[in-house]
Amino acid sequence: MGIRFVLMVNKQGQTRLAQYYEYLTLEERRALEGEIVRKCLARNEQQCSFVEHRNYKVVYRRYASLFFLVGVDNEENELAILEFIHLLVETMDRHFGNVCELDIMFHLEKAHFMLEEMVMNGCIVETSKSNILSPIQLMDKAS
Amino acid sequence: MAGPSLMDSLFQRSLDDIIKGLRLTPPGTESTFIGKSLNEIRREIKSTDPATKATALQKLTYLHSLHGADMSWAAFHSVELSSSAAHSHKRIAFLSASLSFNPNTTEVILLLTHQLRKDLSSSNIHDVSLALSTLSSICNPDLARDLTPEVFTLLSSCKVFVRKKAIATVLRIFEQYPDAVRVCFKRIVENLENVDMGVLSTVVGLFCELTEKEPRSYLPLAPEFYKILVDCRNNWVLIKVLKIFAKLVPLEPRLGKRVVEPISEHLGRTGAKSLAFECVRTIVTSLSEYDNAVKLAVGKILELLLDDDPNLKYLGLQALAIVAQKNIWAVLENKELVVKALSDVDVNIKLEALRLVMSMVSEDNVMEICRILISQALKSDPEFCNEILGFILLTCARNFYEVIFYFDWYVTFLGEMARIPHCQKGEEIENQLVDIGLRVKDARPQLVHVARDLVIDPALFGNPFMHRVLAAAAWISGEYIELSRNPFEVMEALLQPRTSLLSPFVRAVYIQSAFKVLTFCLSSYLKLTGDNASYPSPLTDSVPKTNNEGSLDTVACQSLSETELDNQNMVVTDGQTPFASLGTSHLTEESIVALVNLVETNLGPLAGSSEVEVQERASNVLGLIKLIKPKLHDCLDQSEGDKMKVEPNASEMVQVIFDAFSEDLGPVSLNAQERVPIPDGLVLKENLGDLEEVCGDMKLPLSTSFSLVKPHMVDATSIPEWQSKEESEPSNESTSLLAEHRKRHGLYYLSSENKGMISNDYPAAHDPKDKAVDETEDLVKLTGESLIIKRKPNHVKPRPVVVKLDDGEGVNVALKAAEVKADLISGAVQEVLFGNEATTSSRRKSSKKSSKQREVDELNVPVPESKNSTMETDKSGVGFGGSGRRKHHSHGKERKHRNSGKDKEHDKKDKQKSNHGDGKHKSQQRADGDLAVQSPVIPDFLL
Repeated sequence: MGIRFVLMVNKQGQTRLAQYYEYLTLEERRALEGEIVRKCLARNEQQCSFVEHRNYKVVYRRYASLFFLVGVDNEENELAILEFIHLLVETMDRHFGNVCELDIMFHLEKAHFMLEEMVMNGCIVETSKSNILSPIQLMDKAS
Repeated sequence: MAGPSLMDSLFQRSLDDIIKGLRLTPPGTESTFIGKSLNEIRREIKSTDPATKATALQKLTYLHSLHGADMSWAAFHSVELSSSAAHSHKRIAFLSASLSFNPNTTEVILLLTHQLRKDLSSSNIHDVSLALSTLSSICNPDLARDLTPEVFTLLSSCKVFVRKKAIATVLRIFEQYPDAVRVCFKRIVENLENVDMGVLSTVVGLFCELTEKEPRSYLPLAPEFYKILVDCRNNWVLIKVLKIFAKLVPLEPRLGKRVVEPISEHLGRTGAKSLAFECVRTIVTSLSEYDNAVKLAVGKILELLLDDDPNLKYLGLQALAIVAQKNIWAVLENKELVVKALSDVDVNIKLEALRLVMSMVSEDNVMEICRILISQALKSDPEFCNEILGFILLTCARNFYEVIFYFDWYVTFLGEMARIPHCQKGEEIENQLVDIGLRVKDARPQLVHVARDLVIDPALFGNPFMHRVLAAAAWISGEYIELSRNPFEVMEALLQPRTSLLSPFVRAVYIQSAFKVLTFCLSSYLKLTGDNASYPSPLTDSVPKTNNEGSLDTVACQSLSETELDNQNMVVTDGQTPFASLGTSHLTEESIVALVNLVETNLGPLAGSSEVEVQERASNVLGLIKLIKPKLHDCLDQSEGDKMKVEPNASEMVQVIFDAFSEDLGPVSLNAQERVPIPDGLVLKENLGDLEEVCGDMKLPLSTSFSLVKPHMVDATSIPEWQSKEESEPSNESTSLLAEHRKRHGLYYLSSENKGMISNDYPAAHDPKDKAVDETEDLVKLTGESLIIKRKPNHVKPRPVVVKLDDGEGVNVALKAAEVKADLISGAVQEVLFGNEATTSSRRKSSKKSSKQREVDELNVPVPESKNSTMETDKSGVGFGGSGRRKHHSHGKERKHRNSGKDKEHDKKDKQKSNHGDGKHKSQQRADGDLAVQSPVIPDFLL
């Protein structure tokens, strides 16, 4: 399994989206998020975007007030994951138009669906923005 | 709780309301708000109106996912809503299921089977896709088994949208239900030739995951992967294919020759850093023998290291660390860059650099590297400073101080390290100091010197992290006191008032060491005056007497004490140790009396300490002093009146205690206990209920968590007390007890007297056979050591011998377990091999890889599905499978035979393998056979 989890966390350390690709209990999730967020948020712009934590490698990137953190196993290509994060942000940007924290808060489900289109079972399955967004647009039209 | 009312449905708060409400609640009261909302949700979710239910579930999912609210109680509602006709409701239901269900424990998952099956065969691709994503996150063995046919159909769906998702789901199904491999594998392989990037990327991703776990099984697919490597221009796909090759190439050298060129080409051509880095990583991990490619890769790494982007720098260092394993020149060439990275602003980069530096360490440069690192540590923040120290300690101690040649330097270095202000590695330094003391005899003089500098410095007491180091220093000072230049000075240091700052356990070590020093001084004094016949004194007279009496006693005792005495005589009379030459002038009666008084004044108050360890040790020392003091006064008074009454005991006592202390302590194997043979007639599993009354009046052994206090040391120290109570007992009794004790365990202490100690008078706790084994083992060890020395002829003086235990310290226990496991596994393998279809279900639990392997194995076996024939022709391997299986089987057997052999090296290796988990082991065994069969197949295709 390449990607183990995707987290979106704001500057205050509040989780805005959490998607795990392996089952963790609530307590484990909370502990993991707490530790990782503490580690990553303490870092500055001059430092690299990779943090090793437990048996994960966390690749993270900050966009305005939101941190995107992706936990991968050690075999994964870190730079590709950075590209993946960027793709995710671009996709959200295209859908919400200049995406911000509130968009994700109020459209958490959609954010999950986008992620679902891009990643399944920890594998990246789609990298084309229009392919990712087409089912969501269909859904929007339907409702 | 009341059921949902109409009001609830009408005035139900939406998810947006909840989110807004949460944002408005003052900080600290969120939990109340969430609790209230959960109560609402509990009511609403029972509604019969799907819309109300859906909103309630949506809110609950939100609170669960972001605020950690428990929603396991709502699992059934998710299942219920999933059958809703409205796609949007279905989405909410499935999302909640995939976010909250635990595949192993959520029981209602099985109720979803039917709904999922229906959705998987639906004509609406969005329903299908939804069902697939849900399945991939909540899949358990039952779901996987029941839904395999539906997913199988979707694997060749003409709609790319669902096909790629089906492929991604299959990975999860394989994990849960390995038998699915036999059904689906061929279709997945077919997808490797798909032109759609989504499908290709997914299927390559799938193989990447599978290969990671058990690469050997996928060697036959190398041609397909190769085609993708050469033809594909999609970076995502290429990265995954490179990862696959990184795993396959080490298994099949001929593959390396083929792929090294395209990979180098990609590296030269691509502008994408991610792909370039993957190429570099593949080359340095798996193609390290292709010099041109490695040079190219190292050039690229250099670029990364020089880049301003911290990400690239970090990855560059990581890649360099991989190169270092085989091509250390690359690191040495870029040494400056690496050392520079040690002072980077980013601690992660610093850590990588540190790891890299440590990988360069060898016998020749360890001193230089440690010097650089220590100066770096002094400049760094406390946290990183300790990282550096930790790495140094780890690297230097690796494999019994493999890289250390000059132990004098190293122990001095350890002493310096302990004094670094931020140092928090006291415990590790303590362990190493003591360990070196035990293992490396030649290092002891310098060790004593270092320890003296540590104990004598009153400034060190202030730092609590130092206490462990001080404990080691105190122990060394006491244990090897005969190497000290000035025992009096050491004694003063051990008794200085600031020791009250130490923790009780460390203090106990201090007192114990003071005890040893005292005994040593007294004993030396006795020797000295005893040799000096012109100065008869009551104390000295008794010394030869002791010896004579000793000779009348048990043989074992005599031999023991005589060797000790001989040693001692040599030390004192030959004047070879610094103390002996210096000490004669110190060893006057006045100084001895002063010493005894000093000890008495300082330890007196401690006899009332509330800490048992401190108290007990203090009273031991005081007991000895009480015994010895009257004699000393006699000496001073020169009155020889009634000396004969009590005095033999006193001087004997000193001698006995001194003897007890002067035996070398050796390292003790972790398995020593296990190797003590169980005496005949001892039933270990007997009910221990009556233990209480047996041991009732015995002093319970102090269970110390403190590493320095060795159990047998406690034995030794308790002797005087016990003796002083029962003066009528001949004092040699204790020595003989001790001798027996040592004889019983002596083998495992690895002291130099080991072999000599085996005497006949001891009951047969271990039979001669054991001895023989141990002796041969010792022999093996000795030859090993001599080999080590011979290996370094260029050094002026030989490296000090480091005592290593023959059994690899701590391997045995795990080894046995591993062997048992391996047996079970090979049993399972045989079952699988001989098994027919009837056993299929019992194999369900076997690992995914093995069944994958089985899949490949069964290529030639006529199976209803046509997949095998395709693959067979693909590989042009006609009919090799049958022989392969047979061959394979014999291979497995061979392994087992070898396992049972005595060859320890091999056992160790085996153990390492099985460490990776039984599944792997199993497939490894299978794979061995497979390689023989499959390897000739690939080149046909590639060349």
